[in-house]
Amino acid sequence: MGKTMLEVDHLKTKYVTRFGENVFAVDGVSIKIEEGKSLGIAGESGCGKSTLALSLMGYYFAPLHYQSGTIKVDGVNITGMKPDEIRKKVLGNEIAYIPQAAMNALNPTQKIFSFIEDVIKAHDPGVTKKDIYDLARERFEILGLPESVLKKHAVELSGGMRQRTVIAISTILSPKVLIADEPSSALDVTSQKMVIKMLKNLMEKGFIKSMIFITHELPLLYNVTDEIMVMYAGQIVEQGTAREMVFDPLHPYSKGLMGSILVPEKGAREAKLTAIPGTPPNLKNPPKGCRFADRCSYAKPACMLHQIAESHLENGRMFRCYLEEKELREVYRDE
Amino acid sequence: MNEEKKSKQNIACLSGTGVTKIFGMGKEKTVAVDHVDFQFREGEIVSIVGESGSGKTTLTKMLLGLISVTEGEICFQGKPRDIKGYWKKKEYWKGIQAIFQDPFSSFNVFYKIDQVLLDCIKMRGGTRLSYEKKVELMTEACSFVNLKFEELTNKYPFELSGGQMQRLMIARIFLLKPAILLADEPTSMIDACSRATILDMLLKLRDETNMTIIFITHDIGLAFYISDSIYIMEHGKFVESGPAESVILNPQAVYTKRLINDVPKIHEEWDLSTV
Amino acid sequence: MKNQIRQIFHSPKFKVGFVIFAALLLLTFFYPLIVTDDPLEMVGQGNFFKPGTYISVTEAVNTDPYTLNMNTSSGRMEKNLSMEERMAMADWLGQFAGLSPKEMDVTDADGLVSLWKEHYDSSSEQKGLIAARKKYFSRLDKKITGLLEDRDILLAEKNKETGELSVKETIPSTSYVNVSDVGSRRVFILGTDNFGRDVLTELVAAIKTSLKIGFIAGLIATTIGLSLGLIAGYLGGFIDDLILFITNLFTVIPSFILLILISYSIGKNARGVMMVAIIIGLTSWTWTTRSVRSQVISLRNRDHVNLSKLSGHSLFRIILTDILPYIASYVVMALILQISSGILAEAQLSMIGLGPATTTVSTLGLMMNWAMSYSAHLNGDWWAYFPVIISIALISFSLNLMNTGLDQIFNPQLRE
Repeated sequence: MGKTMLEVDHLKTKYVTRFGENVFAVDGVSIKIEEGKSLGIAGESGCGKSTLALSLMGYYFAPLHYQSGTIKVDGVNITGMKPDEIRKKVLGNEIAYIPQAAMNALNPTQKIFSFIEDVIKAHDPGVTKKDIYDLARERFEILGLPESVLKKHAVELSGGMRQRTVIAISTILSPKVLIADEPSSALDVTSQKMVIKMLKNLMEKGFIKSMIFITHELPLLYNVTDEIMVMYAGQIVEQGTAREMVFDPLHPYSKGLMGSILVPEKGAREAKLTAIPGTPPNLKNPPKGCRFADRCSYAKPACMLHQIAESHLENGRMFRCYLEEKELREVYRDE
Repeated sequence: MNEEKKSKQNIACLSGTGVTKIFGMGKEKTVAVDHVDFQFREGEIVSIVGESGSGKTTLTKMLLGLISVTEGEICFQGKPRDIKGYWKKKEYWKGIQAIFQDPFSSFNVFYKIDQVLLDCIKMRGGTRLSYEKKVELMTEACSFVNLKFEELTNKYPFELSGGQMQRLMIARIFLLKPAILLADEPTSMIDACSRATILDMLLKLRDETNMTIIFITHDIGLAFYISDSIYIMEHGKFVESGPAESVILNPQAVYTKRLINDVPKIHEEWDLSTV
Repeated sequence: MKNQIRQIFHSPKFKVGFVIFAALLLLTFFYPLIVTDDPLEMVGQGNFFKPGTYISVTEAVNTDPYTLNMNTSSGRMEKNLSMEERMAMADWLGQFAGLSPKEMDVTDADGLVSLWKEHYDSSSEQKGLIAARKKYFSRLDKKITGLLEDRDILLAEKNKETGELSVKETIPSTSYVNVSDVGSRRVFILGTDNFGRDVLTELVAAIKTSLKIGFIAGLIATTIGLSLGLIAGYLGGFIDDLILFITNLFTVIPSFILLILISYSIGKNARGVMMVAIIIGLTSWTWTTRSVRSQVISLRNRDHVNLSKLSGHSLFRIILTDILPYIASYVVMALILQISSGILAEAQLSMIGLGPATTTVSTLGLMMNWAMSYSAHLNGDWWAYFPVIISIALISFSLNLMNTGLDQIFNPQLRE
């Protein structure tokens, strides 16, 4: 078993709207990632997955607020740190973050190399320009980016190239955890594939020790990460290995989600798409019982009454349902 | 498929030869759609697949008559299309309608939902119907897409979810019953779970009214699932077309091969070494 | 809609701007109800009377006096000559009487005054002094002379038959009157202007007129700009090119120069308040056109507009129901800015003498113009122009603040 890189325990965060209403977007999320592993978080828009990505960095600013729980990066608890301390010590060299529109975040007046210089100097002011250049060139070469990119401005690069450059810049300090929030959703499929290849490369070469990959595209997640978590209404409803999750989902919501996958493969036309009626609950006022109960076709009256606890299986799987594994498998088989 | 239905399917209700759209003039000239030929048959579900910038949106707008055609000819129900002037366009739009990508921007947020549906009734010549009759029609349309009219009436579009809005758009099509429906990425802004509902409704619409549905999408998996035939578009040209099975499972064009190869899959291996 | 209005009043910037603007507006409504005098009545015979309470001298003399044993000749100088005045006297004496600084002691008022009386001559050539300063010294001299008079004042009566004067009453220097005993008095909170008119009353009337000019000019400019922008943006093609060409033409000619030329060419007689407002409106629509046009272009391709077309709606209806509501908030903001710039444009025009050619109403610009042409700024008669400047600043500050507040509500990117 490898070293635990990131350990999150019952993290709760909320954000406050302009009218002062609380939105409980991350409600008791626990995550554990070992060295060399990648974790995917899947969920539909509004389920809190982007808020979770921001919350994991421990860097809270309005409208996002920390409530409770702990975040440990390589054994060090970062939840008690001051924002300034986190910015200096954690962001960049411990945790790196790539948002969806990262490729548009580069200042068009700066050259790519000067971003790398800024990143490195912010953490270690003593390094010479020559050393930084050598490091950057070496890293770019390994990642398959041409050295000429270093001397270019962001606007001279295509969307896919820009996104890959941003990833290279943000991982230049070899962070322990990389959080990628929909890093390839805005790209065409070929560029997406290149971004994924690069992320895998970063993992293999050990430039990033672990990765959290957030997306709503399940086929992509299946191909990228070792484990998948499904998030619904601020909570993790199921967790397991990618294969288990896609081919043998337990939670009714994950089952619905996996049943809606569309891929251009043989036999895909004959498959029946599953549909889940209804809409997710409002996170300003989440339901008391199971959050999925009002859309679930297997719901029992008891589901509405109590908060549903996580059930852990022996093989490390987790799901959050009132029914037990056996019962779930039975109802699925009967269909 | 019985013989009668088959023969019906062979009627081309929308076809085009050498359809071209050029924006700008001189040096800034860009060819958005470059001499495309197509033939959409009645009752068929067609997908036009292309990545952003391939010209598929421009083609949609030309088919809808929202922008002019630079070159080439479009035939509507066997006759060359004539949509000069407001009245002829209005008549044309009784036969061809659209659902757009973003349900949130498809509605005028300053008007209540009823207005959208009442407009459709008006367009079908139902202006003089009694109010009760109109409500009956609207209720029928809403129940077709599993919505309750009583819950929607007097609401504003922004009070609905994306899925509900898109279903309302289908209700609109149900009221209008056009011969052709252009669906421009109707599910891309909607959650995966609601996607199946929307697709099912479109299929139901086709089955009940023998409507031709033209899907414009970048999602090759979706196109494969839903369509009878597929057109693959690249840089304003159709690089490949034909029945869905043969285009997807046995692609001929280089671009199609690459496109299918680069989409992440589940049962087959996703080969990362090819980029 | 309701929600948005609630949001607007949540914005602190909008609230502050709105309160200031509403206060000014209410002032123009209610002040004339309380002070019913004609704002342009020439009360004072002379230029620029200081702010203060003016009481009738005759009545003061006829009022029963009180005797207060204070402030007889000794110490009067100390109390009545300010340090500033003493320094000025010392300056003058040093400069024109050739006295050395050692001889003068500004702390000894009596000594300074005796030196002053010895040397000062208002008719002497005071080289290097501006007229205003000369006037200042001559006023100072009069004041000192007055202060030095320490005799009782005799009131004499002329005998009708003989023509001889006989003492009627003696007013000793210790006699005082209570101001409230004097019936005839007038308070000029902000003094009077060059024509002897009460500045405060005039100012309130001027704010009202200027706001009217701003509103009319803003409405005209916004109406023209909005209609041209809508047509150009929605129709596109040749009409767009044509409208854009005209707009560019108006943009490259600085509108202020255009304003001056038009104002000059229509002549003095036609230049009333209304005419000036119309001219300002007609020259300032260009940027509304340009910005409305660009907004419409981005709206034109939105799905709801396409859907409206597909529903067979007419062009007029699409513009009215699918475009206009979306840019309404933007147009309101443009209108607010146009009002503000209309008021400023009127002030600028009037300052150079091309404003409303009228003496029957006052505008903020005209008040500035009058104050300037009678050298109020050179003579230190601050009350004639400073309140006007403050009013102009407050109006445009409040309007711009409201605009920024609205901007934050309607443009989500600017939200904090």
